[in-house]
Amino acid sequence: MKVLVPVKRVLDYNIKARVKADGSGVETAGFKMSINPFDEIAVEEAVRLKEKGVVTEIVAVSIGEAKAQDTLRTAMAMGADRSILVETDTVTEPLSVAKVLKALVEKEKPDLVILGKQAIDDDMNATGQMLAGLLGRPQATFASKVEVADGAVTVTREIDGGLQTVKLALPAIITADLRLNEPRYASLPNIMKARKKPLEKITPADLGVDMTPRLSVISVAEPPERKAGVKLDSAAELVSRLRNEAKVI
Amino acid sequence: MTVLVFLDHDDGVIRQASRSAIAAAAKLGDVDVLVTGADAAKAAAAIPGVKKVLQVTDTSGNSELAEPMAALLADLAGGYTHILAASSATSKNVLPRAAALLDVQPIPDIIAVNDADTFVRPIYAGSALATVKSADAKKVITVRASAFDPVPAEGGNAVIEEVALPAGPGGSTFISTELSQSERPELESARVVVSGGRGMQNEENFKLLDPLADRLGAAIGASRAAVDAGFVPNEYQVGQTGKIVAPELYIALGISGAIQHLAGMKDSRVIVAINKDPEAPIFQVADYGIVGDLFTVLPQLEAELDKAG
Ligand SMILES: Cc1cc2nc3c(=O)[nH]c(=O)nc-3n(C[C@H](O)[C@H](O)[C@H](O)COP(=O)(O)OP(=O)(O)OC[C@H]3O[C@@H](n4cnc5c(N)ncnc54)[C@H](O)[C@@H]3O)c2cc1C
Ligand SMILES: Nc1ncnc2c1ncn2[C@@H]1O[C@H](COP(=O)(O)O)[C@@H](O)[C@H]1O
Repeated sequence: MKVLVPVKRVLDYNIKARVKADGSGVETAGFKMSINPFDEIAVEEAVRLKEKGVVTEIVAVSIGEAKAQDTLRTAMAMGADRSILVETDTVTEPLSVAKVLKALVEKEKPDLVILGKQAIDDDMNATGQMLAGLLGRPQATFASKVEVADGAVTVTREIDGGLQTVKLALPAIITADLRLNEPRYASLPNIMKARKKPLEKITPADLGVDMTPRLSVISVAEPPERKAGVKLDSAAELVSRLRNEAKVI
Repeated sequence: MTVLVFLDHDDGVIRQASRSAIAAAAKLGDVDVLVTGADAAKAAAAIPGVKKVLQVTDTSGNSELAEPMAALLADLAGGYTHILAASSATSKNVLPRAAALLDVQPIPDIIAVNDADTFVRPIYAGSALATVKSADAKKVITVRASAFDPVPAEGGNAVIEEVALPAGPGGSTFISTELSQSERPELESARVVVSGGRGMQNEENFKLLDPLADRLGAAIGASRAAVDAGFVPNEYQVGQTGKIVAPELYIALGISGAIQHLAGMKDSRVIVAINKDPEAPIFQVADYGIVGDLFTVLPQLEAELDKAG
């Protein structure tokens, strides 16, 4: 069984994003970039399925600038077998990414695509669902448990009031939530090995996909700043302030 | 322009967040709504400003699946300029899939409607607010409920029309849901939220928040660290990838204030932080802070609340 794992290169989650002075976007130049945390979880899940003998090949895919190669090397250091960089300088959005992935799915014919549930830069939470829609395939988003057996995958999903379980016939699309697993650290030997794993480069045009974004960014602004308030010495003072000053209790 | 709003409900009661989505939709045009089940349809018909209620008659597990629901939304989309829903696990499962069927790029989590094509949405865990303009003929939007005052639940009298759920592409089977039972108010619409973090130490200690929440009529939330450590179930998580809350009062105990947590609560009107580390970032957004051991402060706080009556 073959798994495709789309991985996005994003501003590292430890870095607080700063708005560019001209309001055109968020400053990323010079900051640490990493694999999107949810995609790391998706790669880990694929690797665990391979270690269990369920999966035979893991293909990582990234759509973006040439530097997204680093993200693909990270995925391969964790255990992906090979990767595909779909190189573009155009800003990616879930619809265009889903179209690229659809074309790759038709070419690679994976049994399972495991994506992250959300990219932590655009916070869209859409690509997996859109890919499933474009392909007309079953989907299980926000997965916290994945079990493959007999041509089907049973997925436990995190929903608003608790958990839901669905069963999907393969081929299917899954998006990973935070509690699906804890990703491993790539070991140094595996990082070295990853450098020699195959990395194919293509363009969206090779796949016949138009990347023109549908959403244009008019401006990006800082949210209203919250100011630090006062530190109080006692619970008594807190209750008094909440009652008489803030009037919330 | 007529707009379709997909509503969430709990046992036939339309969720407050969905009434906020109706408020956002009303800025765009006339509002029709789509909802599952007869009780919810009746409740939806009573919401002022709703013109027509489309009631999905199939209330089986199929109505819980994204595949048929997205197919239905795509079928209905012809009559509408915008399709909206409150941001929720359900809408985030269904709407992007429907958008793909319509060849539309969705616009998630809007906090403002500038005009029919232009919306404001947080990005990077709320560290920036992007104003985006859509070139799509139809818009598929989820609404951050905390940014729009909900319309009232009563006072309207809309017509109800039944719609059948299409089969969808198949391949997906609903097995079960396990919902946590709680007598407390819903996290996302509660007036007061009491949240605990890793500092609560364990599941047993986490229960110490109950008496405080009882006194304040509060919902209980948690940081990701508390959820990951198994102190509470996943649906308690507040933050970038959990629930977004904006109560009148948010009390954070033993939570450091990571950016991903702040993303889910920094629009609360009043924030209180109790943390033993004076440098904890949570204090940078807290209106009132107490530096101290939460296990000492918590009983004192309860005693003071009781005293004050
Ligand atoms: C992709 C991604 C998404 C994420 N999404 C979310 C999200 O949605 N929500 C979220 O919350 N996090 C999220 N996180 C995790 C986030 O980065 C932090 O790790 C998490 O919020 C930390 O939780 P915490 O504050 O409870 O724990 P810690 O950071 O460990 O803080 C514990 C705090 O408790 C204090 N403390 C300990 N003992 C006591 C005591 N006895 N009395 C008083 N104070 C005490 C300590 O001083 C400390 O400040 C996400 C992370 C990633 C990578
Ligand atoms: N440019 C990209 N390249 C590869 N994968 C992506 C890209 N954008 C999104 N994805 C995948 O889609 C998931 C959800 O992203 P989003 O819908 O943008 O929040 C991510 O976690 C990735 O798995």
